[in-house]
Amino acid sequence: MKSWRIAARTTMFAALVALLTACGAGGNGGGSNGGSSSGSGGKDSLPSVELLNVSYDPTRELYEAYNQLFADYWLKEKGQKVTIKQSHGGSGKQARSVIDGLEADVVTLALGYDIDAIADAGLISPDWQSKFDLNSSPYTSTIVFLVREGNPKNILDWNDLIRDDVEVITPNPKTSGGARWNYLAAWGYALRQNGGDEEAARAFMKELFRHVPVLDSGARGATTTFVERQIGDVLLAWENEAFLALKEFGEDKFDIVTPSLSILAEPPVAVVDKVVDKRGTREVAEAYLGYLYSEEAQKVIAENFYRPTHPAVAEQYRDRFVEVEFLTIDNDFGSWREAQEKHFADGGYFDQIYQPGS
Amino acid sequence: MKGSGKASVLPGFGLSLGFTVLYLSLIVIIPLASVLIKTAGMSFSEFWAAVTNARVLAAYKISFLTALLAAAVNVVFGLLVAWVLVRYRFPGKRLVDSIVDLPFALPTAVAGIALTSIYAPTGWIGSLFEPLGIKIAYTPIGITIALIFIGLPFVVRTVQPVLQDLDQDVEEAAVMLGAYRWRTFRKVILPELAAPLMTGFALAFARGIGEYGSVVFISGNMPMKTEIAPLLIMTKLEQFDYEGATAIALVMLIISFALLLVINYMQWRYSRRLKTG
Amino acid sequence: MAGAIHAELRDAASDRPAHATESRGVRIALIAVALLFLGLIIVLPLISVIVEALSQGWRVYVASITEKDALSALRLTLLTAAIAVPLNTLFGVAAAWAIAKFDFRGKNVLVTLIDLPFAVSPVISGLIFVLLFGAQGLLGPWLAAHDVKIIFALPGIVLATIFVTFPFVARELIPLMQAQGVEEEEAAATLGAKGWRIFWRVTLPNIKWGLLYGVILCNARAMGEFGAVSVVSGHIRGQTNTLPLHVEILYNEYQFTASFAVASLLALLALVTLVVKAIVEWKSGQRRTDTEGGAG
Repeated sequence: MKSWRIAARTTMFAALVALLTACGAGGNGGGSNGGSSSGSGGKDSLPSVELLNVSYDPTRELYEAYNQLFADYWLKEKGQKVTIKQSHGGSGKQARSVIDGLEADVVTLALGYDIDAIADAGLISPDWQSKFDLNSSPYTSTIVFLVREGNPKNILDWNDLIRDDVEVITPNPKTSGGARWNYLAAWGYALRQNGGDEEAARAFMKELFRHVPVLDSGARGATTTFVERQIGDVLLAWENEAFLALKEFGEDKFDIVTPSLSILAEPPVAVVDKVVDKRGTREVAEAYLGYLYSEEAQKVIAENFYRPTHPAVAEQYRDRFVEVEFLTIDNDFGSWREAQEKHFADGGYFDQIYQPGS
Repeated sequence: MKGSGKASVLPGFGLSLGFTVLYLSLIVIIPLASVLIKTAGMSFSEFWAAVTNARVLAAYKISFLTALLAAAVNVVFGLLVAWVLVRYRFPGKRLVDSIVDLPFALPTAVAGIALTSIYAPTGWIGSLFEPLGIKIAYTPIGITIALIFIGLPFVVRTVQPVLQDLDQDVEEAAVMLGAYRWRTFRKVILPELAAPLMTGFALAFARGIGEYGSVVFISGNMPMKTEIAPLLIMTKLEQFDYEGATAIALVMLIISFALLLVINYMQWRYSRRLKTG
Repeated sequence: MAGAIHAELRDAASDRPAHATESRGVRIALIAVALLFLGLIIVLPLISVIVEALSQGWRVYVASITEKDALSALRLTLLTAAIAVPLNTLFGVAAAWAIAKFDFRGKNVLVTLIDLPFAVSPVISGLIFVLLFGAQGLLGPWLAAHDVKIIFALPGIVLATIFVTFPFVARELIPLMQAQGVEEEEAAATLGAKGWRIFWRVTLPNIKWGLLYGVILCNARAMGEFGAVSVVSGHIRGQTNTLPLHVEILYNEYQFTASFAVASLLALLALVTLVVKAIVEWKSGQRRTDTEGGAG
């Protein structure tokens, strides 16, 4: 009897220890990135540092290139080795993860609203948008149409999207940042066409989404549906995603159509104050985002099909990006909070589109 | 035949039960209770509004109907597969028997991607149906196929052992009495299989309602049309609507628990019948 | 329930008299329909994974699965399973011992609760740990103050995995141990054997195949879980991505071949699981026939 109890107790104890050490080990593994191993052994080398950049879906290629550039720059400038870890996903989902405790040093998301949400949770100071130049948006993009080679359905502008023979692919604005830009660009166009009549604009949007056969949860999913699954006649996409699709799948498969009016998408960046202060990474995190505005970085940005904001670089890549009339969030929609509240919140215009009998 | 309870001479009851309850509490009950605590922060009208919104109702309906349909298909074909595996001999039978368990072992995301690539209009099977104007992927049919994939082993594995142990004498007797094969099946075999079939059905159904990984790729996610309830929870989370997400989660949890109680009750009744009979 | 039932095939067909079975034509038709159904629903997806994975040749395939992030995802997946499976095994044995060998009040409720994780949507399985340990969660502030990370780190992934694979071993053992009854153990106890010895010498040999079977299923599910882990992972490349998550990431990076290559690793794992399972069944079937033969 006794030996059984002892044995059983030992097993149970061992199990608990295993559980706890597992937790502990994981906690350390995740938590001690701040200043772990020392650098490569230079005379005055600082301990190496690790940053976590939590970003949205279409920036994978951009940040892969930029992280290398910045690491080289920082090593040369400060003699410190920096490793940047990336996390990608839908913009809203990523913001949620940061709010729930994902220790991002910097966030580079699809729209200001998602960073506002993190600020509301107290992790980022409310005036984050003034911390870096140009509303903290080092690069911009816009929304374009990706159509099949030769544009067989002759889709040229927003009003072609609601023709009977056209199927439109766009992700779900509830879950995808890119889809919200798509939606707002279409809304802005419809409003302008109808002389500011909101009822008519809503009718247009309802009709537009009646033409959407698949509503993926993220921008990448929508591109896959259009490109791989061959569904739909036109994909509403980030300009950079459209260019990337041409690059990945061949220029002879798709064409890019720029509509008469689009929206200036300004994906913002911010340092997560609470995290960098805790981990002591503020200096390098701020430098990481600040360096995005440098000429070298802007070239990488342009190479990855985002519109550069640096005047000289913009001039250099002028041919790549078509001139188009832009709506902007601040001028045409007030702010992201207002746009979110009106269109995308539960019960907002987008939900009403899908209400039966409305 | 079971332990006679209080008078058991076996040791370790307190310890094993204690550990079971402790571990169960830590891993399952306390985390699940957090859903209750979170929803307790909402007023009842808020909660009611969150879980009866038209889009949420549509999502329940889609999850239910596709899971129901998939479970029904699995009852028919699961019985057939079990029947063939138990009663007949054919080459490669052992291999086929193993393959039935593949959906248990294959990660759901892999299943989702694979099924989508097969049933999309450009896929191996999707392209056969495309000219007929039938779409499979991105419609409720696609969701149903994913759920059939997920649920099949439950039915096969519940029916198979019962079919094996089925008393041959009863069948023999039926035959002696001149019953035709089909009649024997309907009148003698099927009633015996009713309980395991119902259990398998309920298991496949329960699993289907909650399934996420394999469905999310193939569903198309259209609100009111192909949006499943678990996806709606994800969507709410991504909009920072924790209350809304947990409210839907609570409803689904209650459904799961109710289904399990039914399943366990059926199994209990069945095993009791076996013992007394 | 998952593997609650363990089917070892006795060939009933062989000793079944002709009048108690169907005509040859019907038999062949039924077999054909069953095989066609299995082929379409189960085999085809498996084949498609393998075909897509190898669509650009072996070189690309090998490069995809030996890439740095893929390897780190593999390591994380193995580590997670290595923690989750033993814990659930221990629990499964303890729970089965209590439930199968003793009678007590509330047993049915306990069994239902053990089953619960199986019927809970994977999304909810992840959500509950966020609600509990997330920065906004019930224990979040305390954890942050003590600098303990659970969500978006290994512990969160392990916890979600344990939750999802919770019932597998227990559900496999409970019916098995119930069917075996307590006579053997009681006899051993009457002869003066101590608890641990009874378990080790009497119970374990009786349940070892069922136990192994449960462990295999538990392990397969632990390595393949997607939904629940996705909610708690944080998706940090090379750090908190498990293999199934890595499949999704590659898929989203237009690296379809690489994605299917990694998926094929998981499919391979599934196949190994099935082979091991078949061997286990064969062994246990053999053992049973032996003892049955011995008894008779």
